[in-house]
Amino acid sequence: MVSSSRRKWLAWGGYAAVLIAAPLVFRSSLAVNMLSQMGFLIVICLSYNLLLGQGGMLSFGHAVYTGLGGYAAVAAISYVDAHGIAVPLVLMPLAGGLMGALIAVPLGYVSTRKAGLTFAMISLGIGELVVAFAIMLPDLFGGDGGISINRTYGKPLAGISFGPQLQLYYLIAAWCFVCTALMYAFTATPLGRMLNAVRDNPERAQFVGYNTQLVRWYSFIIAGFFAGIGGALGTINFEIFNAADSLSGLRSGAYLLFTFLGGVTFFFGPIIGAVLMVLAMVLLSELTAAWLLYLGLVFVLMIMYAPGGIASLVMMNVQMARTGRLGRFAGPYGALALACALLFLGVAPLIEMVYHLQLNVGAGSTITFFGMPLDAATAGPWVGSAVVALLGALAVHRAGRRFALAWGRAQEEIQAELQRAGAAA
Amino acid sequence: MTYALELKNLCKSFGRTEIIRGANLAVRPGERVAIIGPNGAGKSTLFNLVSGRLQPTSGEVHLNAQRIDGKKPHEINRLGLSRSFQITNIFPHLSVFENLRCAVLWSLGYRYTFLRFLSGLHDANARADQLLAQVGLAAKRDVQAVNLTYAEQRALEIGVTIAGGAQVILLDEPTAGMSTTETAHFIRLIREVTEGKTLLTVEHDMGVVFGLADRIAVVVYGEVIAFDTPEAIRANPRVQEAYLGSPVAAAQGGAH
Amino acid sequence: MEFFSISLLNGLSYGLMLFMLSSGLTLIFSMMGVLNFAHASFYMLGAYFAYALSTSIGYWPALFIAPLAAGLLGALFEQVCLRRVHRFGNVPELLITFGLSYLVLEVVQLVWGRNVVPYGLPEQLQGPLFTLYGTQFPKSRAFIMLVAVLMLGGIWLVLTRTRIGLIIQAALTHPDTVQALGHNVPRVFMLVFGGGAALAALAGVVAGNTYVTEPAMAYAVGSIIFVVVVVGGMGSLAGAFLASLLIGVVQTFAVAIDTSLADLLRVIGVQVASGNPLEQALRLTVSQIAPMLPYLFMVLILIFRPRGLMGTRED
Repeated sequence: MVSSSRRKWLAWGGYAAVLIAAPLVFRSSLAVNMLSQMGFLIVICLSYNLLLGQGGMLSFGHAVYTGLGGYAAVAAISYVDAHGIAVPLVLMPLAGGLMGALIAVPLGYVSTRKAGLTFAMISLGIGELVVAFAIMLPDLFGGDGGISINRTYGKPLAGISFGPQLQLYYLIAAWCFVCTALMYAFTATPLGRMLNAVRDNPERAQFVGYNTQLVRWYSFIIAGFFAGIGGALGTINFEIFNAADSLSGLRSGAYLLFTFLGGVTFFFGPIIGAVLMVLAMVLLSELTAAWLLYLGLVFVLMIMYAPGGIASLVMMNVQMARTGRLGRFAGPYGALALACALLFLGVAPLIEMVYHLQLNVGAGSTITFFGMPLDAATAGPWVGSAVVALLGALAVHRAGRRFALAWGRAQEEIQAELQRAGAAA
Repeated sequence: MTYALELKNLCKSFGRTEIIRGANLAVRPGERVAIIGPNGAGKSTLFNLVSGRLQPTSGEVHLNAQRIDGKKPHEINRLGLSRSFQITNIFPHLSVFENLRCAVLWSLGYRYTFLRFLSGLHDANARADQLLAQVGLAAKRDVQAVNLTYAEQRALEIGVTIAGGAQVILLDEPTAGMSTTETAHFIRLIREVTEGKTLLTVEHDMGVVFGLADRIAVVVYGEVIAFDTPEAIRANPRVQEAYLGSPVAAAQGGAH
Repeated sequence: MEFFSISLLNGLSYGLMLFMLSSGLTLIFSMMGVLNFAHASFYMLGAYFAYALSTSIGYWPALFIAPLAAGLLGALFEQVCLRRVHRFGNVPELLITFGLSYLVLEVVQLVWGRNVVPYGLPEQLQGPLFTLYGTQFPKSRAFIMLVAVLMLGGIWLVLTRTRIGLIIQAALTHPDTVQALGHNVPRVFMLVFGGGAALAALAGVVAGNTYVTEPAMAYAVGSIIFVVVVVGGMGSLAGAFLASLLIGVVQTFAVAIDTSLADLLRVIGVQVASGNPLEQALRLTVSQIAPMLPYLFMVLILIFRPRGLMGTRED
């Protein structure tokens, strides 16, 4: 039986190994680009979950802190470059972090006066305020063209200029690892744990002596710090800051959506979310014009059937495996997978055909769906897909029912075992 | 003498409805006081006023001669008053041990620090383990609080309430929903952990009240109509009329 | 004087439209504890449905049918999705309405495109209602005010004078008791959510052709009504009314003022030196910062009176 601290070392070692080895396995320039994006988005999503998962604070305005962090990095690099001061690129994310934390002091004070749903609305309002403010000052924030930088400014550090994407990736990966470790460490400190307590029961937290607003405010500042670092890595990666884009509510919404998809109840959930975000925005968007619709549907289904996100699904299976019962679900899982595939094969062509007719009508009415040509102008594909979709829905319903029953039975067995063990103790 | 807790003409109205109409009480340090009264008399409201959950419309509350009415709950807690709730109020997603550890952090001076690991706070961990043993939940140390039985959760709440070392403890119907054996066991626990402290408890179980309390305060329609020893209360005609019913019923309650 | 009176009327009509939206949001929030992020999406659907219907069956029938359609969609959503998510807590409920707003936006853009659609006024509402000191007050804006007042009067009557209204009021604070008394509370919730959606859509129908109908309209007005609800005080209809009018009037006035902030400062005797780092900010005219004003309001309220104009004190 592997001890818990042994497991922790393995997990962190594995994480570092994956970060180091990933670009060696996925070598194409597209892949390295995507990995770089995943790197800083992991920092951003983890900082977002510090608020949502750890603190119960749902924010619609996280882009303020990531965006202003990115701005600080760009401003600092421009300044250093223009005045020939020797501050290496490696330290620039810190400028973003400090800016994020600084901004979080006043804005966080105002935001954390209220909790829950009111906090969410306030964060939306503040987000809008900051975007509007930044757009109004084009001299300061770069206007429509944004502010560009050259990340190879200054002299190379030991032969590393950060010009090649691979070098930049390792910079991002290093910061990503450090920030992940620091944010994980935070959860094991008094403030981190009290943040959980305040999330669970703010009243009880008060009655053990804690000012809940201060707990939330201080945690907000720390989240702002890491958000700023993530945003700084982002603008360094793309070498441009654009106020309307970096600070926008759309970005905040994306952070929310993918962090939730990854899973808010486990620490590593946002890491999954960040990876998914890049995969969706870079790969899925190329594959189909309807990617936002698919995303929205997956998001809604996730909330309804798996509100703990992908991380919770993974952990459920890990826990089932630990009791040695996962094997018996091979069949039910298989059936469920086939049913879902059937449903997808029915619904997706319908969606694709609709999108094609609306957006690409000049290119003829035929689409290729997984290599199969479907003529959207004829009735055949429509009827066929609808039938498949219906069958798929029925199949999912039945397979899902069977699966839930089997899972429930397994859970009961586990409970009974625990009771027997508890009684014998 | 300095009273541990003093209520002076405390009043609370919600809109035009007066819930507390001039409550007066003076509790001596180390005293065990039971607060009884018919439903809707305002007992929980009194607790809420004292602990800062509600602000009084008028009147004063003094904790060890210091005025606390108008203060926030966490400020009052830091001055040495702690309470439990009628509906169990703990941290559901934290383990039993974590619940207790969170409850001792402030009193040990750890405040909002994020530069130290919880595992390295030996005094906090030791104290939490001690409390764990005191409330009898050592076997459930790492169980999530939401997965405990009802009685275990109530025991945990007592632990969390006394963890910070508060000298004045308010317990709001601690034995509500418990069987007779559970109640007896629980009262023993309460007696042990509140040894030497000032205790105020709202109770409906007359056996508990007459067995545990040094003095009993009777609250009817938002006023304290009597505050005396159990024998005196039992014999008090006003109390009999308002709450205990006939002298026969009162005697039966006392004979528990 | 003319500027003042016409702007006041315009501001009032805009404010009343905001109240049409924020009242529905407040009702749904008070009753079901759900903050409906998709509320403005129903507003948008109302405008688009009316646009589609008015080209085929005319504006006046669309005025009734479009809100009905949106209401049905809202009720369906509540039945299928929201109800399921209710037991997971407040955050998942908000998130699913957020997801719905995403989906509605995608579908609207898919069906009607990403640009402004020519949702025009019917003949009867074109032109000025009256002319005050040479400036016109459009019939369409007066119509918005009329619809708003009728709608709110209708809500008040339903809530206070009908049986279902009393049940709704009771279910507002004690849903379990009401259900124990034998009323079908889940059905009431569905009605309230669907009703809220229909009212939002009605606002969209009348506002869509007076202002602009485009995919961005949901997000634009959505964030403002959140501000209205926070400024007015969560759960308070009177507060929402006050805040809607306040924000509506202030924004309408601000958009028309072309003096810069620097000029305003000069009026009170403060001279802005050139080379001042804030110079560019102060050179902005009030009309340019108008979009920011509601959010500024909100921040100020949160600093000085966190419970809002008329909110009750919460923990």
